[in-house]
Amino acid sequence: MLHTVNKSPFERNTLKSCLAHVKPGSAVLLIEDGVYAALAGTVASDMVQQAMAEVSVYALGPDLDARGVANRVIDGVKVIDYAGFVDLVIEHPSTQSWL
Amino acid sequence: MKFGIMVNEGPYQHQASDTAYLFAKAVLAKGHEIYRVFFYHDGVNNGTRLTVPPQDDRNIVNRWSELAAKHGIDLVVCVAAAQRRGILDESEAKRHGRDANNIAAGFRISGLGQLVEAGIQADRLVVFGD
Repeated sequence: MLHTVNKSPFERNTLKSCLAHVKPGSAVLLIEDGVYAALAGTVASDMVQQAMAEVSVYALGPDLDARGVANRVIDGVKVIDYAGFVDLVIEHPSTQSWL
Repeated sequence: MKFGIMVNEGPYQHQASDTAYLFAKAVLAKGHEIYRVFFYHDGVNNGTRLTVPPQDDRNIVNRWSELAAKHGIDLVVCVAAAQRRGILDESEAKRHGRDANNIAAGFRISGLGQLVEAGIQADRLVVFGD
């Protein structure tokens, strides 16, 4: 399953809820303000890095660029564009948006 | 592959309407089909033709209308959510005794059954919201 998270982990607890429910082998895509969770050196970084042991974590590149933070992404988080977003949706039988 | 898209946030609020639009464009660019875009909750505000954004800003409503015209996409606004927020087409305006309607080109007003149907008919349903 693909999970999308669109809010900052400093604003909402949707990422935390998402990571508490994801099954190993799933994918988590960070979009919009959700991309702040992809940054290294924040209080949310450990939570994301721990999750990366079991799930693939992606971040939407245009949203990182819009916030000027593309050079601060945690190693191992895969940066994709909208075409990559479409591919992820196709690759997984269902998509859960954590709103 | 057939995609259904659900938009639950109004235009110029945060980013969901923009993300949904750019995702829709990427779906079409890859040669896939969009079965329907369903607008629910504050998302129905994407369907008013009376918005006048600044000239140097994107026109979110027109962008949806143009996408629908170019690719024949079905843009559906939830009727109950629309009534609450003053989004009316000609027959809804008449039915409720209002003096005008404001539905944008390419949008139509219908019910939640259209969302259920999109969930059944499309291979993927992706939700964008707040």
